[in-house]
Amino acid sequence: MVDLSVKIGDITLQNPIQPASGAFSWEYNDVIDLNRLGALVAKTICREPRLGNPTPRMAETEAGIIQSIGLPGKGIEYFVDHIVPEYAKFKPPLVVSVNSETIEDFAALAEELSVPDVDVIEANISCPTRNQTGGNFAMHEDYTRDCITAIRAKTKKPLWVKLSPNAGDIVSIARAAEAAGADCLVIANTFLSLKIRTDNFRPALGNKFGGLVSPALKPIVLRMVYQVAKQVKIPIIGVGGVTKAEDVVEYMLAGASAVGIGYAGFRNPTALVQIIDDLEAWCDERGIKKVTELIGAVKDADMESDPLVAASVGV
Amino acid sequence: MALVTSNNYTNSALRTGDVDTYPERKVGEFIGTVVSNASVNDEYKHVVLKVHPQALKAYAGQMFHLLCPSPDGAEVWMRRPMSVYRVDRTNGQIEFLYKIEGRGTRGMALLEPGDDFNVAGPLGHGFTLDPSWKNIAVLGRGVGLATLAPLSQLAAENKVGVTAILSARNPGVVMSKKLFDELGARTMVVLDSDNSSAVENVEKILGDLIARRQADAFFTCGSNRLLKLMQRLGKKHAIPGQVAMEQIMVCGFGACYVCMRTFEVDGQKVLRRVCRDGPVFNMQEAVGW
Repeated sequence: MVDLSVKIGDITLQNPIQPASGAFSWEYNDVIDLNRLGALVAKTICREPRLGNPTPRMAETEAGIIQSIGLPGKGIEYFVDHIVPEYAKFKPPLVVSVNSETIEDFAALAEELSVPDVDVIEANISCPTRNQTGGNFAMHEDYTRDCITAIRAKTKKPLWVKLSPNAGDIVSIARAAEAAGADCLVIANTFLSLKIRTDNFRPALGNKFGGLVSPALKPIVLRMVYQVAKQVKIPIIGVGGVTKAEDVVEYMLAGASAVGIGYAGFRNPTALVQIIDDLEAWCDERGIKKVTELIGAVKDADMESDPLVAASVGV
Repeated sequence: MALVTSNNYTNSALRTGDVDTYPERKVGEFIGTVVSNASVNDEYKHVVLKVHPQALKAYAGQMFHLLCPSPDGAEVWMRRPMSVYRVDRTNGQIEFLYKIEGRGTRGMALLEPGDDFNVAGPLGHGFTLDPSWKNIAVLGRGVGLATLAPLSQLAAENKVGVTAILSARNPGVVMSKKLFDELGARTMVVLDSDNSSAVENVEKILGDLIARRQADAFFTCGSNRLLKLMQRLGKKHAIPGQVAMEQIMVCGFGACYVCMRTFEVDGQKVLRRVCRDGPVFNMQEAVGW
């Protein structure tokens, strides 16, 4: 049977399947056995208690949903005292996502969250509805470098950095994060989007803009993972449009070491566990002994560039 | 359509005869089999599903999250939350009464006997009955009556008397009267078409119930106007109440914080999740339906 375990720096995940931040909470234990997941990823925490954005917070589009939640939460103290212990009941490593509007506070938060039951700090520097100098630092190379440098100085926990697909050149930003001390890159957050209702001419979301969540993201984010993987040495977690085991395989072939899943868990609450089982079966059918064999194993080195030759050899 | 029909994608959902590998679950993802899906009138249909025994834990006021078939060939991206209309434990069936309104319910209307239908649940906190209550007053309108209807089942099991006031536009769309009647509730119909549904008249009916001590608790769903009326009378006469709320919903488990509604608790406005903190709430704390 295939060994599904993967390493992200010093952290070993029992399999490469984890929830995406924001789409998950310990309350999913009502429907799936959380001990089966590769990691547990808490919702992004901010220092202050936050109500989040005005409703409606979700709207359906032709190609997925757009949503704008606004990082609601009860603040860091409540999180450390009440939410971390809920996650600590389960075995997989706990990844804590964090966001702030200032670099100084971001670093301070990361330090305060570096408690024993937290295994990884995920710097969510890419909340799509925040601005690039206030929480959405991943829109810009310099802001990314400054922010990650500051956080790195304040925590010894593994530091994962969640990047934005809305930045012009994600490869430069990925390199800046790596140079500043990131242990892993999470690619990517949601795509900034808008829907306007034609019945009343109003934006469909209370916050106007939202992030697109959809299987349609997969080819775009896969391209980003592929491009970044060629340019960095640290591991990558691919997040965007994974709905089945073959999507996990695709991300790993492109260079990801693991994947994060959001939408599929909304669509089918048991999807995360199903995808783990399906990935195992997929590997076993092909005699793959270790899932890590797939990482970066895309066969593209010998691709024929002459169209006349390419068209003569079939697909 | 592709996602719904992909075997790889949904085969961890439990079919009727499946062994549950995670029996600790409070909520399941089930593939029910459609027994019937008949029209009740021009606007409403009633679907009956044969389901796994785990789904039969549902009680009045709880919801299922329905993965509706597409009505138009394009994807229906999100599940639709719907309160359970009836739980028939003897026959292993759950039932939903629904108004054909948006894309989800238009897709549901296409289901035929024998079809698979993926439902997740039961979700949330439903209605509760205090042992000290002898008689309750139920007031609902439109599709809200489908949510209130199983209360009659719960009340009958607990030997609590029910007076149900059913509000509707016209006699053709009065929902759930038969179910209330069958379970021994006293039903009264108020209509827009003869003005009997006016708030003043409904207030008079409730006033009579209060005077005759037939309203130990209030229950409502489906109308902001009726919620406000019951809140006012409940406050004046110290009658506790419960309201079932709805909101656009995504995960159903309390994780995504999409389905928020405003409540007022001890003078403070707070947001709560309809899916997990509700969908049934303390009537006096609800700010609007």
